[in-house]
Amino acid sequence: MPNSFAAAFPVSWKILLVVLAGILLSGCGLNAIPTYEEQATAAWSQVENQYQRRADLIPNLVETVKGYAAHEREVLEAVVAARAKATQTQIPPDILTNPAAFEAFQQNQAALTGALSRLLAVVENYPDLKANQNFLALQSQLEGTENRISVARRDYIEAVRLYNTELKTFPGVIWKAVLYSDRQPMQQFSVAEGTKEVPQVNFN
Amino acid sequence: MKRWTSALVVLAVLPACGAALAAELVFPNLTGRVVDEAGLLDAAQETALAAKLQALEEKTTDQLVIVTLSSLQDTSIEDFGYQLGRHWAIGQKDKNNGVLLIVAPNERTVRIEVGYGLEGTLTDALTKIIIETSILPRFRAGDMAGGIMAGADDVISALTGDAAAIAERAATRPEVKDELFAMVFPVMIFLFVILIFILIWRGGTTGGRWSSGSSSGGSWSSSGGGFSGGGGSFGGGGSSGSW
Repeated sequence: MPNSFAAAFPVSWKILLVVLAGILLSGCGLNAIPTYEEQATAAWSQVENQYQRRADLIPNLVETVKGYAAHEREVLEAVVAARAKATQTQIPPDILTNPAAFEAFQQNQAALTGALSRLLAVVENYPDLKANQNFLALQSQLEGTENRISVARRDYIEAVRLYNTELKTFPGVIWKAVLYSDRQPMQQFSVAEGTKEVPQVNFN
Repeated sequence: MKRWTSALVVLAVLPACGAALAAELVFPNLTGRVVDEAGLLDAAQETALAAKLQALEEKTTDQLVIVTLSSLQDTSIEDFGYQLGRHWAIGQKDKNNGVLLIVAPNERTVRIEVGYGLEGTLTDALTKIIIETSILPRFRAGDMAGGIMAGADDVISALTGDAAAIAERAATRPEVKDELFAMVFPVMIFLFVILIFILIWRGGTTGGRWSSGSSSGGSWSSSGGGFSGGGGSFGGGGSSGSW
Protein backbone atom coordinates (compact mmCIF):
# COMPACT_ATOMS: atom_id res chain seq x y z
CA MET A 1 0.00 0.00 0.00
CA PRO A 2 1.65 3.28 -1.02
CA ASN A 3 2.52 5.55 1.83
CA SER A 4 0.80 8.75 0.73
CA PHE A 5 1.44 10.54 4.02
CA ALA A 6 5.22 10.54 3.62
CA ALA A 7 4.97 11.33 -0.07
CA ALA A 8 3.08 14.50 0.80
CA PHE A 9 6.26 16.06 2.24
CA PRO A 10 8.75 17.54 -0.19
CA VAL A 11 12.30 16.13 -0.30
CA SER A 12 13.80 19.25 1.26
CA TRP A 13 11.71 18.70 4.42
CA LYS A 14 12.98 15.15 4.75
CA ILE A 15 16.55 16.33 4.34
CA LEU A 16 15.93 18.93 7.02
CA LEU A 17 14.62 16.23 9.38
CA VAL A 18 17.71 14.10 8.81
CA VAL A 19 19.99 17.04 9.50
CA LEU A 20 18.01 17.90 12.62
CA ALA A 21 18.23 14.32 13.81
CA GLY A 22 21.98 14.38 13.16
CA ILE A 23 22.42 17.52 15.24
CA LEU A 24 20.29 16.22 18.06
CA LEU A 25 22.11 12.90 18.14
CA SER A 26 25.55 14.47 18.17
CA GLY A 27 24.28 17.00 20.72
CA CYS A 28 25.69 14.91 23.49
CA GLY A 29 29.18 15.46 22.08
CA LEU A 30 28.67 19.20 22.27
CA ASN A 31 28.16 19.14 26.02
CA ALA A 32 30.81 16.57 26.81
CA ILE A 33 33.78 18.94 26.88
CA PRO A 34 32.37 21.51 29.33
CA THR A 35 30.82 18.75 31.45
CA TYR A 36 34.06 16.80 31.77
CA GLU A 37 35.94 20.01 32.40
CA GLU A 38 33.63 20.88 35.29
CA GLN A 39 33.96 17.40 36.74
CA ALA A 40 37.73 17.55 36.53
CA THR A 41 37.83 21.00 38.14
CA ALA A 42 35.54 19.81 40.93
CA ALA A 43 37.69 16.73 41.45
CA TRP A 44 40.73 19.00 41.71
CA SER A 45 39.02 21.15 44.34
CA GLN A 46 38.45 18.03 46.38
CA VAL A 47 42.16 17.14 46.09
CA GLU A 48 43.12 20.62 47.29
CA ASN A 49 40.61 20.34 50.16
CA GLN A 50 42.04 17.09 51.42
CA TYR A 51 45.64 18.32 51.23
CA GLN A 52 44.57 21.42 53.14
CA ARG A 53 42.85 19.25 55.72
CA ARG A 54 46.13 17.43 56.26
CA ALA A 55 48.00 20.70 56.58
CA ASP A 56 45.48 21.84 59.22
CA LEU A 57 46.18 18.78 61.39
CA ILE A 58 49.90 19.40 61.56
CA PRO A 59 50.23 22.26 64.10
CA ASN A 60 48.34 20.22 66.70
CA LEU A 61 50.47 17.18 65.89
CA VAL A 62 53.70 19.12 66.27
CA GLU A 63 52.61 20.54 69.65
CA THR A 64 51.64 17.10 70.94
CA VAL A 65 54.93 15.56 69.89
CA LYS A 66 56.89 18.48 71.38
CA GLY A 67 55.31 17.67 74.74
CA TYR A 68 57.12 14.32 74.80
CA ALA A 69 60.01 14.64 72.35
CA ALA A 70 61.06 18.27 72.41
CA HIS A 71 64.69 17.53 71.60
CA GLU A 72 63.76 15.98 68.24
CA ARG A 73 64.07 19.48 66.92
CA GLU A 74 65.39 18.70 63.47
CA VAL A 75 62.47 16.47 62.57
CA LEU A 76 59.86 18.80 64.06
CA GLU A 77 61.28 21.83 62.33
CA ALA A 78 61.39 19.96 59.04
CA VAL A 79 57.68 19.25 59.29
CA VAL A 80 56.84 22.84 60.16
CA ALA A 81 58.95 24.15 57.29
CA ALA A 82 57.49 21.68 54.76
CA ARG A 83 53.98 22.58 55.86
CA ALA A 84 54.70 26.28 55.54
CA LYS A 85 56.04 25.82 52.02
CA ALA A 86 53.04 23.75 50.97
CA THR A 87 50.41 26.13 52.36
CA GLN A 88 52.05 29.44 51.57
CA THR A 89 52.92 28.76 47.95
CA GLN A 90 50.25 30.47 45.88
CA ILE A 91 48.18 28.16 43.72
CA PRO A 92 47.70 29.96 40.40
CA PRO A 93 44.24 29.80 38.78
CA ASP A 94 45.62 27.97 35.75
CA ILE A 95 47.30 25.27 37.79
CA LEU A 96 45.54 22.46 35.94
CA THR A 97 46.96 23.45 32.57
CA ASN A 98 50.28 24.87 33.79
CA PRO A 99 52.81 22.01 34.00
CA ALA A 100 55.37 23.95 36.06
CA ALA A 101 52.84 25.08 38.68
CA PHE A 102 51.28 21.64 38.89
CA GLU A 103 54.68 20.00 39.32
CA ALA A 104 55.61 22.49 42.05
CA PHE A 105 52.37 21.71 43.91
CA GLN A 106 53.06 17.99 43.74
CA GLN A 107 56.63 18.41 44.95
CA ASN A 108 55.57 20.55 47.91
CA GLN A 109 52.98 18.03 49.01
CA ALA A 110 55.32 15.09 48.52
CA ALA A 111 57.97 16.87 50.61
CA LEU A 112 55.40 17.34 53.39
CA THR A 113 54.49 13.65 53.17
CA GLY A 114 58.16 12.78 53.56
CA ALA A 115 58.65 15.07 56.55
CA LEU A 116 55.53 13.64 58.21
CA SER A 117 56.63 10.05 57.77
CA ARG A 118 60.00 10.88 59.31
CA LEU A 119 58.20 12.43 62.27
CA LEU A 120 55.96 9.41 62.72
CA ALA A 121 58.97 7.11 62.47
CA VAL A 122 60.65 9.06 65.28
CA VAL A 123 57.47 8.85 67.40
CA GLU A 124 57.87 5.06 67.42
CA ASN A 125 60.67 5.53 69.98
CA TYR A 126 58.36 7.19 72.52
CA PRO A 127 55.85 4.70 73.98
CA ASP A 128 54.31 7.31 76.28
CA LEU A 129 53.61 9.56 73.32
CA LYS A 130 52.17 6.65 71.35
CA ALA A 131 49.74 5.93 74.17
CA ASN A 132 48.66 9.54 74.57
CA GLN A 133 44.95 9.95 73.76
CA ASN A 134 45.43 13.19 71.92
CA PHE A 135 48.17 11.70 69.78
CA LEU A 136 46.06 8.62 69.00
CA ALA A 137 43.18 10.81 67.87
CA LEU A 138 45.52 12.87 65.68
CA GLN A 139 47.08 9.75 64.26
CA SER A 140 43.71 8.34 63.27
CA GLN A 141 42.77 11.67 61.70
CA LEU A 142 46.03 11.76 59.76
CA GLU A 143 45.54 8.22 58.50
CA GLY A 144 41.98 9.07 57.51
CA THR A 145 43.13 12.19 55.72
CA GLU A 146 45.86 10.34 53.83
CA ASN A 147 43.19 7.89 52.70
CA ARG A 148 40.92 10.73 51.60
CA ILE A 149 43.82 12.27 49.68
CA SER A 150 44.32 8.93 48.01
CA VAL A 151 40.66 8.68 46.99
CA ALA A 152 40.53 12.31 45.83
CA ARG A 153 43.63 11.81 43.69
CA ARG A 154 42.13 8.74 42.10
CA ASP A 155 38.88 10.55 41.35
CA TYR A 156 40.86 13.43 39.82
CA ILE A 157 42.97 11.10 37.69
CA GLU A 158 39.83 9.49 36.32
CA ALA A 159 38.08 12.81 35.69
CA VAL A 160 41.11 14.22 33.87
CA ARG A 161 41.47 11.03 31.87
CA LEU A 162 37.88 11.44 30.62
CA TYR A 163 38.43 15.11 29.80
CA ASN A 164 41.76 14.66 28.02
CA THR A 165 40.42 11.69 26.07
CA GLU A 166 37.37 13.69 24.99
CA LEU A 167 39.62 16.47 23.71
CA LYS A 168 41.61 14.01 21.62
CA THR A 169 38.98 11.64 20.26
CA PHE A 170 36.08 12.01 17.84
CA PRO A 171 33.70 13.87 18.12
CA GLY A 172 35.32 15.91 20.88
CA VAL A 173 38.24 16.89 18.69
CA ILE A 174 35.85 18.51 16.23
CA TRP A 175 33.91 20.44 18.89
CA LYS A 176 37.23 21.54 20.35
CA ALA A 177 38.42 22.92 17.02
CA VAL A 178 35.14 24.70 16.39
CA LEU A 179 34.03 25.97 19.79
CA TYR A 180 36.57 25.22 22.51
CA SER A 181 39.87 26.04 20.88
CA ASP A 182 41.25 27.58 24.08
CA ARG A 183 40.86 24.35 26.07
CA GLN A 184 44.08 22.58 26.98
CA PRO A 185 44.49 19.04 28.29
CA MET A 186 44.81 18.98 32.07
CA GLN A 187 47.82 17.84 34.05
CA GLN A 188 48.00 14.36 35.52
CA PHE A 189 49.78 13.42 38.71
CA SER A 190 53.34 12.39 37.96
CA VAL A 191 54.73 12.29 41.48
CA ALA A 192 53.53 9.42 43.67
CA GLU A 193 51.79 10.28 46.93
CA GLY A 194 54.88 9.69 49.04
CA THR A 195 58.37 11.00 48.19
CA LYS A 196 60.39 8.94 45.83
CA GLU A 197 63.56 9.28 47.87
CA VAL A 198 63.61 8.58 51.59
CA PRO A 199 65.50 11.45 53.27
CA GLN A 200 68.69 10.26 55.00
CA VAL A 201 68.55 10.92 58.76
CA ASN A 202 71.80 12.44 60.00
CA PHE A 203 72.96 11.18 63.41
CA ASN A 204 75.86 13.56 63.94
CA MET B 1 36.30 -21.36 6.68
CA LYS B 2 33.66 -19.24 8.40
CA ARG B 3 34.00 -21.25 11.62
CA TRP B 4 37.77 -20.68 11.69
CA THR B 5 37.48 -16.94 11.24
CA SER B 6 34.84 -16.59 13.93
CA ALA B 7 36.94 -18.73 16.26
CA LEU B 8 39.96 -16.55 15.55
CA VAL B 9 37.94 -13.41 16.28
CA VAL B 10 36.77 -14.85 19.60
CA LEU B 11 40.32 -15.85 20.54
CA ALA B 12 41.65 -12.43 19.61
CA VAL B 13 39.05 -10.67 21.72
CA LEU B 14 39.26 -12.96 24.76
CA PRO B 15 42.57 -11.71 26.19
CA ALA B 16 41.24 -8.15 26.10
CA CYS B 17 38.15 -9.22 28.03
CA GLY B 18 40.23 -11.16 30.50
CA ALA B 19 42.54 -8.23 31.14
CA ALA B 20 39.63 -5.90 31.74
CA LEU B 21 37.95 -8.34 34.13
CA ALA B 22 41.10 -8.97 36.14
CA ALA B 23 41.42 -5.28 37.02
CA GLU B 24 37.86 -4.93 38.34
CA LEU B 25 36.85 -5.80 41.88
CA VAL B 26 33.93 -8.18 42.17
CA PHE B 27 31.48 -6.80 44.71
CA PRO B 28 28.93 -8.97 46.52
CA ASN B 29 25.27 -8.32 45.80
CA LEU B 30 23.43 -5.99 48.12
CA THR B 31 21.00 -8.62 49.37
CA GLY B 32 19.97 -6.63 52.42
CA ARG B 33 21.33 -4.43 55.18
CA VAL B 34 23.51 -7.31 56.38
CA VAL B 35 25.57 -9.04 53.69
CA ASP B 36 27.27 -11.94 55.42
CA GLU B 37 29.48 -13.31 52.65
CA ALA B 38 32.00 -14.74 55.11
CA GLY B 39 29.33 -16.45 57.19
CA LEU B 40 30.17 -14.93 60.57
CA LEU B 41 26.60 -14.41 61.76
CA ASP B 42 23.81 -16.91 62.27
CA ALA B 43 20.30 -16.30 60.93
CA ALA B 44 18.88 -14.95 64.19
CA GLN B 45 21.72 -12.47 64.66
CA GLU B 46 21.41 -11.32 61.07
CA THR B 47 17.67 -10.70 61.42
CA ALA B 48 18.06 -8.84 64.68
CA LEU B 49 20.84 -6.69 63.23
CA ALA B 50 18.91 -5.93 60.04
CA ALA B 51 15.94 -4.81 62.12
CA LYS B 52 18.13 -2.36 64.08
CA LEU B 53 19.61 -0.99 60.87
CA GLN B 54 16.19 -0.52 59.34
CA ALA B 55 15.04 1.32 62.45
CA LEU B 56 18.07 3.58 62.13
CA GLU B 57 17.25 4.47 58.56
CA GLU B 58 13.61 5.14 59.37
CA LYS B 59 14.61 7.42 62.20
CA THR B 60 17.47 9.36 60.61
CA THR B 61 17.61 8.37 56.89
CA ASP B 62 21.22 7.23 57.54
CA GLN B 63 22.03 3.92 55.89
CA LEU B 64 24.29 1.56 57.82
CA VAL B 65 25.20 -1.67 56.08
CA ILE B 66 27.19 -4.52 57.59
CA VAL B 67 29.22 -6.61 55.20
CA THR B 68 31.59 -9.50 55.81
CA LEU B 69 33.88 -10.40 52.93
CA SER B 70 35.38 -13.77 52.14
CA SER B 71 38.25 -12.05 50.32
CA LEU B 72 39.61 -8.56 49.73
CA GLN B 73 40.79 -9.65 46.26
CA ASP B 74 44.39 -8.55 46.81
CA THR B 75 43.53 -4.98 47.63
CA SER B 76 43.52 -3.03 50.88
CA ILE B 77 40.36 -2.71 52.92
CA GLU B 78 40.52 1.07 52.47
CA ASP B 79 40.63 0.64 48.72
CA PHE B 80 37.83 -1.91 48.72
CA GLY B 81 35.70 0.00 51.19
CA TYR B 82 35.03 3.26 49.38
CA GLN B 83 34.57 1.50 46.05
CA LEU B 84 32.04 -0.89 47.59
CA GLY B 85 30.22 2.03 49.19
CA ARG B 86 30.03 3.84 45.85
CA HIS B 87 29.06 0.70 43.96
CA TRP B 88 26.16 0.02 46.31
CA ALA B 89 25.46 3.76 46.60
CA ILE B 90 24.77 3.52 50.33
CA GLY B 91 23.34 6.66 51.89
CA GLN B 92 20.84 9.16 50.52
CA LYS B 93 21.93 10.88 47.34
CA ASP B 94 21.54 14.43 48.60
CA LYS B 95 23.12 13.76 52.00
CA ASN B 96 25.73 11.02 51.38
CA ASN B 97 24.88 9.66 54.84
CA GLY B 98 26.00 6.08 54.38
CA VAL B 99 28.19 3.96 56.63
CA LEU B 100 29.66 0.53 56.00
CA LEU B 101 30.99 -1.81 58.65
CA ILE B 102 33.30 -4.09 56.69
CA VAL B 103 34.86 -7.22 58.18
CA ALA B 104 37.45 -9.21 56.22
CA PRO B 105 38.18 -12.20 58.48
CA ASN B 106 40.68 -13.83 56.12
CA GLU B 107 42.80 -10.70 55.97
CA ARG B 108 42.01 -9.99 59.63
CA THR B 109 41.03 -6.40 59.03
CA VAL B 110 37.93 -4.43 59.86
CA ARG B 111 36.89 -1.00 58.63
CA ILE B 112 34.16 1.51 59.31
CA GLU B 113 33.72 3.36 56.00
CA VAL B 114 31.98 6.71 56.39
CA GLY B 115 30.19 8.60 53.61
CA TYR B 116 30.95 12.23 52.81
CA GLY B 117 27.95 13.52 54.71
CA LEU B 118 28.68 11.82 58.02
CA GLU B 119 32.38 12.61 58.28
CA GLY B 120 31.60 15.35 60.77
CA THR B 121 29.56 13.05 63.04
CA LEU B 122 31.48 9.82 62.70
CA THR B 123 34.94 11.33 62.80
CA ASP B 124 38.04 9.27 62.12
CA ALA B 125 38.98 9.50 65.78
CA LEU B 126 35.54 8.23 66.86
CA THR B 127 35.47 5.31 64.45
CA LYS B 128 39.00 4.39 65.50
CA ILE B 129 37.85 4.32 69.13
CA ILE B 130 34.86 2.15 68.24
CA ILE B 131 37.10 -0.28 66.41
CA GLU B 132 39.77 -0.40 69.10
CA THR B 133 37.51 -0.59 72.13
CA SER B 134 34.39 -2.47 70.98
CA ILE B 135 35.25 -4.53 67.96
CA LEU B 136 38.87 -5.68 68.10
CA PRO B 137 38.93 -6.99 71.70
CA ARG B 138 36.00 -9.27 70.85
CA PHE B 139 37.55 -10.33 67.56
CA ARG B 140 40.80 -11.17 69.32
CA ALA B 141 38.83 -13.35 71.73
CA GLY B 142 37.25 -15.15 68.76
CA ASP B 143 33.79 -13.61 69.19
CA MET B 144 33.24 -12.36 65.65
CA ALA B 145 29.47 -12.02 65.93
CA GLY B 146 29.80 -10.17 69.24
CA GLY B 147 32.33 -7.77 67.79
CA ILE B 148 30.09 -7.00 64.84
CA MET B 149 27.00 -6.45 67.01
CA ALA B 150 28.91 -4.24 69.45
CA GLY B 151 30.42 -2.21 66.62
CA ALA B 152 27.03 -1.74 64.99
CA ASP B 153 25.47 -0.66 68.30
CA ASP B 154 28.23 1.90 68.82
CA VAL B 155 27.85 3.35 65.34
CA ILE B 156 24.08 3.56 65.80
CA SER B 157 24.41 5.39 69.09
CA ALA B 158 26.95 7.77 67.58
CA LEU B 159 24.52 8.51 64.77
CA THR B 160 21.43 8.91 66.93
CA GLY B 161 23.13 10.83 69.71
CA ASP B 162 21.85 14.27 68.81
CA ALA B 163 18.07 14.60 68.52
CA ALA B 164 18.09 18.05 66.92
CA ALA B 165 20.48 17.01 64.16
CA ILE B 166 18.34 13.95 63.43
CA ALA B 167 15.17 16.00 63.07
CA GLU B 168 16.99 18.31 60.67
CA ARG B 169 18.22 15.44 58.50
CA ALA B 170 14.88 13.63 58.44
CA ALA B 171 12.92 16.79 57.65
CA THR B 172 14.85 17.59 54.45
CA ARG B 173 14.16 14.20 52.85
CA PRO B 174 10.99 14.99 50.76
CA GLU B 175 12.97 17.36 48.48
CA VAL B 176 14.71 14.44 46.81
CA LYS B 177 11.59 13.37 44.91
CA ASP B 178 10.97 16.89 43.52
CA GLU B 179 14.59 17.25 42.45
CA LEU B 180 14.46 13.98 40.55
CA PHE B 181 11.31 14.98 38.72
CA ALA B 182 12.78 18.35 37.76
CA MET B 183 15.78 16.59 36.23
CA VAL B 184 13.73 14.01 34.40
CA PHE B 185 11.06 16.30 32.95
CA PRO B 186 13.22 18.05 30.27
CA VAL B 187 14.54 14.68 29.13
CA MET B 188 10.98 13.44 28.73
CA ILE B 189 10.07 16.48 26.60
CA PHE B 190 13.14 15.90 24.43
CA LEU B 191 12.26 12.24 23.89
CA PHE B 192 8.67 13.22 23.14
CA VAL B 193 9.86 15.57 20.37
CA ILE B 194 12.09 12.85 18.87
CA LEU B 195 9.12 10.49 18.96
CA ILE B 196 7.01 12.93 16.98
CA PHE B 197 9.71 13.27 14.31
CA ILE B 198 9.96 9.50 13.99
CA LEU B 199 6.21 9.13 13.67
CA ILE B 200 5.93 11.83 11.00
CA TRP B 201 8.76 10.13 9.11
CA ARG B 202 7.14 6.73 9.27
CA GLY B 203 3.77 8.07 8.23
CA GLY B 204 1.98 7.13 11.45
CA THR B 205 0.87 3.56 10.65
CA THR B 206 -1.34 2.97 13.64
CA GLY B 207 -2.64 6.54 13.97
CA GLY B 208 -2.13 8.39 17.27
CA ARG B 209 -1.59 5.45 19.62
CA TRP B 210 1.69 5.79 21.47
CA SER B 211 2.84 5.52 25.03
CA SER B 212 3.81 8.97 26.17
CA GLY B 213 6.01 9.45 29.26
CA SER B 214 3.88 6.95 31.10
CA SER B 215 5.32 7.15 34.60
CA SER B 216 5.28 10.51 36.31
CA GLY B 217 7.69 11.63 39.02
CA GLY B 218 6.27 9.58 41.84
CA SER B 219 7.25 6.12 40.72
CA TRP B 220 10.91 6.95 40.05
CA SER B 221 12.15 7.33 43.58
CA SER B 222 10.63 4.43 45.47
CA SER B 223 12.17 0.97 45.34
CA GLY B 224 10.07 -2.17 45.73
CA GLY B 225 10.06 -4.18 48.93
CA GLY B 226 13.80 -4.87 49.18
CA PHE B 227 16.56 -2.65 50.50
CA SER B 228 18.65 -0.64 48.09
CA GLY B 229 21.22 2.11 48.31
CA GLY B 230 19.90 5.67 48.22
CA GLY B 231 22.54 6.97 45.81
CA GLY B 232 25.07 8.23 48.33
CA SER B 233 28.81 8.43 47.79
CA PHE B 234 32.00 7.90 49.77
CA GLY B 235 35.28 9.75 49.91
CA GLY B 236 37.56 7.51 51.94
CA GLY B 237 36.59 8.68 55.45
CA GLY B 238 36.60 6.31 58.43
CA SER B 239 39.17 4.07 60.09
CA SER B 240 40.44 0.55 59.95
CA GLY B 241 41.91 -1.89 62.40
CA SER B 242 43.43 -5.32 62.33
CA TRP B 243 43.81 -8.14 64.78
